[in-house]
Amino acid sequence: MTGFWTVGGAPRLGRRALMGAAAGALALPGVARAQAAPVKVGVVAVLTGPQAALGTHLRDGFLLGMRHLENRLGGRAAEAIIIDDELRPDAAVTKVRAAIERDRVDFVVGVVFSNILQAIIRPVTESQTFLISTNAGPSPIAGRGCSPFFFAASYVNDQNHAVMGAAANDGVEHGGQVRPVRRAMLITPNYQAGRDAMAGFKSQFRGEVVDEIYVPLTITDFSAELAQIAARRPDAIYTFMPGGLGVQFVRQFRQAGINIPVLSAFTVDEAVLPAQGEAALGLFTGTSWTPTLPNEQNARFVNDFLGQYNYVPASYAAHAYDCAMLLDSAVRRVGGNLADKGGLRAAIRAADFRSVRQNFRFGSNHFPVQDFWLARVGRRADGRFQTEHVRKVFDTIVDPFAAECRMPAA
Amino acid sequence: MTTQLLLIQGLNGLQLGILLFLIAAGLTLVFGVMDFINLAHGVQYMIGAYLAAWIAAATGSFWVALVLALPLALALGLLLEFLVFRHLYDRDHLQQVLATFGVILVVNQGVKWLFGAAPLQVPTPELLTGGIRLMEGLLYPTYRIAIIAGGLAVAGLLWWLVERTKVGMLVRAGATNAPMVAALGVDIRRLFMIVFGFGAMLAGFAGVLAAPILSVEPGMGDNLLILAFVVIVIGGIGSVRGAFLAALLVGLVETLGRSLMPDLMRLFLSASDARQVGAALASMLVYIAMAAILAFRPAGLFPVRTS
Repeated sequence: MTGFWTVGGAPRLGRRALMGAAAGALALPGVARAQAAPVKVGVVAVLTGPQAALGTHLRDGFLLGMRHLENRLGGRAAEAIIIDDELRPDAAVTKVRAAIERDRVDFVVGVVFSNILQAIIRPVTESQTFLISTNAGPSPIAGRGCSPFFFAASYVNDQNHAVMGAAANDGVEHGGQVRPVRRAMLITPNYQAGRDAMAGFKSQFRGEVVDEIYVPLTITDFSAELAQIAARRPDAIYTFMPGGLGVQFVRQFRQAGINIPVLSAFTVDEAVLPAQGEAALGLFTGTSWTPTLPNEQNARFVNDFLGQYNYVPASYAAHAYDCAMLLDSAVRRVGGNLADKGGLRAAIRAADFRSVRQNFRFGSNHFPVQDFWLARVGRRADGRFQTEHVRKVFDTIVDPFAAECRMPAA
Repeated sequence: MTTQLLLIQGLNGLQLGILLFLIAAGLTLVFGVMDFINLAHGVQYMIGAYLAAWIAAATGSFWVALVLALPLALALGLLLEFLVFRHLYDRDHLQQVLATFGVILVVNQGVKWLFGAAPLQVPTPELLTGGIRLMEGLLYPTYRIAIIAGGLAVAGLLWWLVERTKVGMLVRAGATNAPMVAALGVDIRRLFMIVFGFGAMLAGFAGVLAAPILSVEPGMGDNLLILAFVVIVIGGIGSVRGAFLAALLVGLVETLGRSLMPDLMRLFLSASDARQVGAALASMLVYIAMAAILAFRPAGLFPVRTS
């Protein structure tokens, strides 16, 4: 007991001695920085709270990229500073500001959720630091709000929903037959992203929307909604149920024995598949990437990710991995000189790297021009679950908001 | 809406009500008998679900998980009582709210640290898979019927314990006038501990039951806790009978509201407005019902007479 309390007596060591030691410790990195300053990248991801699984994918994807690059970007030593945004816009802004002003990061990358991106985009871009989103892609930023200091390595949020609208017209396989969906029922949480998702689906879907069900974000039991779906007998349902909502919805849907195809986006992905398990088998999703896309870069990414972290990566991880490769290519292209912002912008814009998505280039609004796929949940040889591409729905498509962007001169 | 669909929705409401009752029963006793506001009660529900997920994964059997999770939930509840709550009984409500809110944060973060942030799944027990065909294209899962049956059995057991046993008599007396019970020579602290542990175990039981149909994730108890507070306020604080009826009422209002409101709104509004307004109104309905009941019966449906 006394031993415990004497720790409090540490000041006897001499306050001056302690401060001197502290100052020395602080001075050391300063000296190191002057000799060969590493490229610093702030990686913003939600790492606490119920949605932390998504942020973990993002972080691990970026770190695997850094590992493959041997912790160097374009030949310069590099350092990733992980920032937990806590899914709180105010916390995100404070921490990102600190990273820019105190740590002097050269790039800010990451961000799972759109509301966090909307909160940090101005502080970051106004400090003339490049911000590269590896997931969130709100349509205003792709359109009128486009910025010379912002790039998205992911997509515009609406695109994954539009893909499924188009895929429903062409038909999906169910019970051994491919049939176009003529009557669809839509179900989603009652908040902005949910309403945008349904609008995205309807922008392409040409059949009849039998009904739309909006559920509270806090819902845990879907039995009432499932009874409604069974009563209306649509050809298929379209749903957007991110995170834990998707786990509950998919499992309860299966338990209710409703035998129609389920089309979705951000509902069945590798972040939630371990929890959905067999219930998710055969469900459809619209995506820009799957672990099964046949290219060398992707095979190496998926294989090493599994080896390193022992879980199947989701698109959050794949896009973040691509982002590390993108940064590497850009820093290399400018010969390590990050001070010339115009040159650096052109270097990022060139997207001179091999993407796990095969086709990847930037459009005029700094959003990707890429392919989108209809994918389906399947079981891997090792027994784990993953999304598997079925067919390409959009080929190197420019997002519908690009035309609204008048990219300002920096 | 057909009668058939209405009946199915009634059944769904009943099942939600049963789960709510298991959580609310402990909450109402702790609040009523000990005058202690325990926001961390939802945590007990989460702990039950996590224990079920953990044991089911380790042993491969839901039944082993059910049997083992109950004493473990009880033990963890008592541990929390010993470490934290015991020191709060004599404090005012604000301090209790703050401290128990802190417990929510710590335990939520703790399970994330232990089990990861990703939701876990518990497979439905083999014996209770499948369902009963209630309507064309819709199965009512056998497991949900088992939840209703199990919950009703526990409600009966609780009624017997509270109304027919000596401990139950002391609990009822404690809810009415705790200082007088103490003055009569009953160790009120021990009574509190029994009530608390039993409440924690009931919430844990609800968590185990819910685990195979809901996703097991950090913070899963927080939403249900709010509804559980609505239940105990409507039912009358400290009344188990009130909690039972109020839980069924809240379950039915919540479920039927969600399925009927959009259709009801369609009588007045365009289809797209009706969906949004209906959905918004449905999520308010429980609170509107609570306000209406409190307007007529300020102490709830079955107030415990206090001196």
